[in-house]
Amino acid sequence: MYKILKKKILSDSIKLMEIHAPLVAKKAQAGQFIIFRVDEKGERVPLTIADYDREKGSVTIIFQEVGKSTIKLGQKEEGEYILDFLGPLGNPSHLEGYKKAAVIGGGLGTAISYPQAKTLYNLGCEVHAIAGFRNKDLIILEDELKQISHRCIITTDDGSNGTKGFVTDILKQLIAEGNKYDLVVAIGPLMMMKAVCDITREYGIKTIISMNPIMIDGTGMCGGCRIRVGGETKFACVDGPDFDGHLVDFDDAIKRQAMYKKFEKEALHQCRLEGMKNA
Amino acid sequence: MPNMSPKKTPMPHIEDKLRTTTFKEVALGYSEEEAKQEAERCLNCKHRPCVSGCPVGVQIPDFISLIKEGRYIEAYEKITETNTLPAICGRVCPQENQCEKYCVRGIKGESVGIGRLERFAADYYLKHGEFKAPKIEKNNIKVAVIGSGPAGLACAGELAKRGYDVTIFEAFHKPGGVLVYGIPEFRLPKEIVQKEIDALTQMGVKIQTNVVVGKSILIEELFNEYGFSAVFIGTGAGLPSFLNIEGESYNGVYSANEFLTRINLMKAYEFPNVDTPIYVGKKVAVVGGGNVAMDAARSAKRLGADEVYIIYRRSEKEMPARREEVEHAKEEGIIFKVLTNPVRILGDENYWVKGIEVVDMVLGDVDESGRQKPVEVEGSNHVIDVNTVIIAIGQTPNPLIKNTTKGLETNKKGCIVTKDEYGQTSLENVYAGGDAVTGAATVILAMGAGRKAAMAIDKKLKGEKD
Repeated sequence: MYKILKKKILSDSIKLMEIHAPLVAKKAQAGQFIIFRVDEKGERVPLTIADYDREKGSVTIIFQEVGKSTIKLGQKEEGEYILDFLGPLGNPSHLEGYKKAAVIGGGLGTAISYPQAKTLYNLGCEVHAIAGFRNKDLIILEDELKQISHRCIITTDDGSNGTKGFVTDILKQLIAEGNKYDLVVAIGPLMMMKAVCDITREYGIKTIISMNPIMIDGTGMCGGCRIRVGGETKFACVDGPDFDGHLVDFDDAIKRQAMYKKFEKEALHQCRLEGMKNA
Repeated sequence: MPNMSPKKTPMPHIEDKLRTTTFKEVALGYSEEEAKQEAERCLNCKHRPCVSGCPVGVQIPDFISLIKEGRYIEAYEKITETNTLPAICGRVCPQENQCEKYCVRGIKGESVGIGRLERFAADYYLKHGEFKAPKIEKNNIKVAVIGSGPAGLACAGELAKRGYDVTIFEAFHKPGGVLVYGIPEFRLPKEIVQKEIDALTQMGVKIQTNVVVGKSILIEELFNEYGFSAVFIGTGAGLPSFLNIEGESYNGVYSANEFLTRINLMKAYEFPNVDTPIYVGKKVAVVGGGNVAMDAARSAKRLGADEVYIIYRRSEKEMPARREEVEHAKEEGIIFKVLTNPVRILGDENYWVKGIEVVDMVLGDVDESGRQKPVEVEGSNHVIDVNTVIIAIGQTPNPLIKNTTKGLETNKKGCIVTKDEYGQTSLENVYAGGDAVTGAATVILAMGAGRKAAMAIDKKLKGEKD
């Protein structure tokens, strides 16, 4: 059992939790992920590590309540426990040796791009953080990002925070201003990462993306997380989750992501029914 | 007088109508009467050919004689002298290639049902026997066992008996390895696996789930930080192989590992009462001819598929699956397409599987595996309409430990190299056994390897102490 040390509501459906998991905290590095299971009936759900505190033995996760397990997790309170918490899994990001990087987060992806930006910043790289959200109510980690970047631009699709545009618009703008990046990190919805890669490919800027596909064990056993990279089949859990964005077959990944859509709806429906019973 | 019937005493089965609708165990096991009747078929040969066919040397005629006399608990104890997990092995061993292959009765008729008798003795014990945790003098020497599958459980059991302070590390949330995530309930009830695990914990073995050695903890840390004196690696062969043909990305294509894990470990068949879903189309193709393929095909049938095909490139004779599994699959209406090889998987506009293109094969010359090599029949390509494809063509060892343990020698297939049959690896006090060493093999071989490694660890550590 793993204790919830802290819970914070970041926006309407996005929550932050600090979980007591000393073994995971001891080894965690930016880019790695954990798998949690809320209760005996729960799914095994992968989440990228947002932060960690080795002394406290805690790992921070940030999640959006999109499926039954994340909704159940969101209902847990500080001091309560979750059943399983495994990690750190996957390979740490390789972020050494870059001079100037644009770190882009889309929506919840910002929670994952944050530790990468922080790592780059601490390694002495000049960091431009870009984060995009649908509207101003969905913005997360703005203050945190500002602290670990030399420049931070938060943009919204509808312009409700005063800056309108997609992250790709901002990236183009920054490149046009003459910023010479030797690295772009893009983490968010597959469509967004694909769009970023289309731009950086043009400019020949190395681009790291992070995949978060369907998986069960997270240790290479199920093959459910397989993606196509440079014409080969790779497992996001053991070969990733970071990949060279210019080699990833995003169209394939986008279509595979839809496999359980119908089931997710059914599970959510069930979740609401159970919720009503409890009310 | 021995029972001279040329056939085995039939195994009672669950009612036919329940066969393909529930996950309940299919073979129900012998009654006392049936067991005695079958035991009487054993001629108690002086030269004991059956024993030579058993990978762990179970004293088969001895335990069968005890069954004849109705001394069932003693029969069980006789088996456990060399086999730690008889209730499991009695169910999942490929007896027709081991003990039963050499049975004299098999020359004219069917061999003695050794597996069935082993299972009977073990089940009888589980039901009527009293678990006596053996009196163990603890030596307080810590040994780590990585993986809680058959190799790990056997190794832990043997070490615990010898007084060691054993901790098993398991990556999943539940111990048992392939016995819980891989082999379905209808072939091996999870209750039995749990009883074996309970017996270990009663002997003082500790089990830490949710720990991936190689990620959460490294092997060198087990020695340096956690104070273990020896480590046994029994991490199995968990990495699924794919066909590397066109269309394997389509939705509806599973590795057998994923398909079976969703069912066995995550209980996806209870969705939406549990949260893990599984998709099974009305028409399912399972590629492969081993036990895993049979398990996947029979599971698909139980989850409501109307037509389930086994697609295998050689003939039925070469199938590596246990004879009984092939028979059960046929009884349950699985359609066998042998001498058939997949060429590509076809998808629809929504990226879902709609068919599998296959080609007919003929058997040609004998290859290095000693079997006739299948050769394509040119121009015989045709499409089988299916909406789920399950790939069950084998697994290779997981590379997580190999990648994070300096100096641990592995071969080109990723299997850990051992210096002797006792599992000594290239690192001092690190032993390995089971599928992690051999590549995908059997429960009994893994168990035997775990046990042997335990003896070697004991010898090594005692030697160190003196």
